[in-house]
Amino acid sequence: MSETTPQRVNDFVVKLANVNGTGSASANGLLMKTIFRMGVPVTAKNFFPSNIQGLPTWYEIRVSKDGYQSRTDRIDLMVAMNAQTYADDLAEVAVGGYLLYDSSWPRDRQLKRDDIQLLGVPLAKMVNQKYEDPRSRILFKNIAYVGVLSALLDLDLAVIDQILDELFARKPGLLEANHQAVGLGSDYALAHFACPLPIRVEPMDKTKGHVVIDGNTAAAMGCLYAGASVGAWYPITPSTSLMDAFKALCERHRIDPETGKNRFCIIQAEDELAAIGMALGASWGGARSFTPTSGPGLSLMGEFLGLAYFTELPLVVFDVQRSGPSTGLPTRTQQSDIIAAAYASHGDTRHVLLFPKDPEECFYLTVEAFDLADRLQTPVMVLSDLDIGMNDWMCPEFKWDDNYRPDRGKVLRKKELESVDSFSRYLDVDGDGICYRSYPGDHPRGAYFLRGSGHTAHAKYTEDPDEYTELVDRLSRKWETAKSHVPEPVLLSRKQAMAGVIAYGSSDSAVQEALDRLEEQGVPMDYLRIRAFPFNEQVDEFLAGHDRVFVVEQNRDAQLRMLLLNESAARREQLISVLHYNGFPMSCDIVITRIQAAMSAQGAAA
Amino acid sequence: MSYISKPRVGHPTLQRNELGLRQRDYEGTISTLCAGCGHDSISAALIQTFFDLNIEPYRVAKTSGIGCSSKTPAYFLSQSHAFNSVHGRMPSVTMGANAANSSMIFVGISGDGDTLSIGMGQFCHAIRRNLNMAYIIENNGVYGLTKGQFSASADVGSTAKKGEVNNQKPIDAALTAINQGASYVARGFSGDRQQLVPLLKGALRHKGFALVDIISPCVTFNDHQGSTKSYAHTREHFHQLEQTDFVAPAEEITASSEGRDLTPVTLHDGSRILLRNVENGYDPRDQAAAFAYLKNCQLRGEIPTGLLFIDENSIDFHERNNTIETPLNDLAHEDICPGADALANMLGRYR
Repeated sequence: MSETTPQRVNDFVVKLANVNGTGSASANGLLMKTIFRMGVPVTAKNFFPSNIQGLPTWYEIRVSKDGYQSRTDRIDLMVAMNAQTYADDLAEVAVGGYLLYDSSWPRDRQLKRDDIQLLGVPLAKMVNQKYEDPRSRILFKNIAYVGVLSALLDLDLAVIDQILDELFARKPGLLEANHQAVGLGSDYALAHFACPLPIRVEPMDKTKGHVVIDGNTAAAMGCLYAGASVGAWYPITPSTSLMDAFKALCERHRIDPETGKNRFCIIQAEDELAAIGMALGASWGGARSFTPTSGPGLSLMGEFLGLAYFTELPLVVFDVQRSGPSTGLPTRTQQSDIIAAAYASHGDTRHVLLFPKDPEECFYLTVEAFDLADRLQTPVMVLSDLDIGMNDWMCPEFKWDDNYRPDRGKVLRKKELESVDSFSRYLDVDGDGICYRSYPGDHPRGAYFLRGSGHTAHAKYTEDPDEYTELVDRLSRKWETAKSHVPEPVLLSRKQAMAGVIAYGSSDSAVQEALDRLEEQGVPMDYLRIRAFPFNEQVDEFLAGHDRVFVVEQNRDAQLRMLLLNESAARREQLISVLHYNGFPMSCDIVITRIQAAMSAQGAAA
Repeated sequence: MSYISKPRVGHPTLQRNELGLRQRDYEGTISTLCAGCGHDSISAALIQTFFDLNIEPYRVAKTSGIGCSSKTPAYFLSQSHAFNSVHGRMPSVTMGANAANSSMIFVGISGDGDTLSIGMGQFCHAIRRNLNMAYIIENNGVYGLTKGQFSASADVGSTAKKGEVNNQKPIDAALTAINQGASYVARGFSGDRQQLVPLLKGALRHKGFALVDIISPCVTFNDHQGSTKSYAHTREHFHQLEQTDFVAPAEEITASSEGRDLTPVTLHDGSRILLRNVENGYDPRDQAAAFAYLKNCQLRGEIPTGLLFIDENSIDFHERNNTIETPLNDLAHEDICPGADALANMLGRYR
């Protein structure tokens, strides 16, 4: 190496290349948590295969003193623990960076690069001497490289020890072995390398009041707090962990203290058609219900979504998006179900969509989704994605207001039904397109016949053209009402902005960072983060105020742009797409490069 | 037609049940099915069943899928709640509704197309869960609303109205249900209300999944010579396993005094179904024997009717799942929302 590597304190990326099924996930999580507990903002992304054991998997940790959470295209330190991917992993390291590898066997021919520093540690040899059984040897090799990294990156050993104590509080036997393995690695590194490296961690005070959590767990907490009592689902990556988390939370917080019985009902369905059918049956029955799924499941749910729209049943559907089409890349992220969700089902249908940007919003928007679904009596789909749902993000701790009461919307229960003269399920009494509903079994006056076929305001069967038109026009009226109920977009204005940017969901982190960089380069931009469909007034206002608007999204076909052209005042030539869709979360560099290119192309043309 | 409302007049001398309701109060709108449709007889049997059992209509949830059969919930119990869903998915909707409010009485109406083709998966899984519901198949071997295609219950050799011969083996709903472990399986004939009503009563009182497969001839598309689901063919091959009577928990067994070989089957609420065996030694509590017997009947082209199988110790979905008895839709928010302090604790492991 010719020049000295610049110091990159609390601002670097470590990528760990592993083989899946070898227990690397817990070691990598330990590493991330340690940095977080040292008060330094950190985020992690897991790139895993659709497989259980033996294929390559990567874990990318970004340490950012400024709190940026998106990916960058720079890898400072590669922990190369998978010989299958040596070539790619080696190539990915930034000039002046480092690659840590297991030097138990000669690797010289495979690992050759002059512009980075190779750090060989005989990890396998070390753990094989220390541990007898094969499983321990595999597991503790991971913990040993955490030890190596603790020395290289100047991690606080006391913090590592504390996390291990918490993790293995009930397994003291394993605890001691874990401590040993950390020591094994750190001792070797201290003895053989100049520790710490120029890329290192220095304690800060910037993670107080924060948690590191994934979006599916956060959404499950939202379901718990919103009072959802029936959940039906069919396992599908990457949504499965949402119901796993909900189940665990219910088993802890929803057991009747007197009887020991469940104050919830979770049903693993035979398929997604049954899952949404159950959720809708429960909603009709008067419980708050939901179903989590991903793209293929959403396709299967189409018919029932149309029924729910037409019969006006509240429902919350989580679509944790993955890369499509078809089976696509089941363990990779994308924002590519926007159109499928917005117009799901045959006939004239439109659905309310919410776009959380991170786990924090997964929590709050989930609660809002239940209120909206009840208020609007229609399905509300929460469109997160694999990046939000399954990766650990640093977020401010969620807060709860104990005064919150679910907004169940216009419901007549026993008491109200007793005091009304008559009840017509689909009569627009208030003129906002939203009618009053009843729960089965409450009162004879509340009984009505719910049907997916043509129905009158009094819930009677009809094929009459006027009655049918009146019904679907009222649903349009309700759609207009929805615009004033859905969450508003978030506007971030900059002085002398040269253009506008629209993005949504998990793209936010990359866009925020890109816009900071662009401003430093003298290209300030206004930013509108859309949080819901239908689009409300603020979206049209933003479009009216900007001649050029970059629409940043993670799909090939510019689906939000399509939706904007269809459902807002946007003009075709006004909207310029910035697209990323290879299955990995978008990096801020991509946003910067694409916007710069478009700006200079336009500048040249002007 | 359905838009002609049925006049709600009742003669003062009409009989009232314990709730003070007349049979009229259990009726629905005027049927739009073809005159003579077996399904209308089933609706009539259901009206009598609910009347006799003194069930308040608004405590009943009627669910259905798509097809002629699935229209019929409109033709009985107009004062109860109904969900006419999508094709083949009635079981899932019923499961959800039952999860939200297990205190109601659930009756699902389906057909042979709705159950044995598009809905086969949900049918089997509702059985597997032992969902507490009465599941009624109005079985006519034919797709009526789409004008006469064979359904999956059509027998080999039976002909369609225009002469086409079915050459695919039928799926027998009762055999399938027994094989899947259904806890109550009965078969009736729409033309025999005397037998049908006790079977329906038993199904409603049974705790768990109760199938009543009812042969219900389609007068328009499947009541010709060559059909094995016609009135004539069913009457001829009708094979009553036992004569059935239903006895409510508080009633004395007087009707049975003449019978010597009566088998009482007790349901979870204390009510009983009395079976007078016609077939020698048939025991509806023996799953393997019931299956073998039905299989043999099927091979001989006979249609055994009556209570085919019952598991008196049936454990339904909620019992197995440990769900609280209070309907979930009645739980107070404070009982299901852990509150701000709990959230702070919950987040501890993510710090």
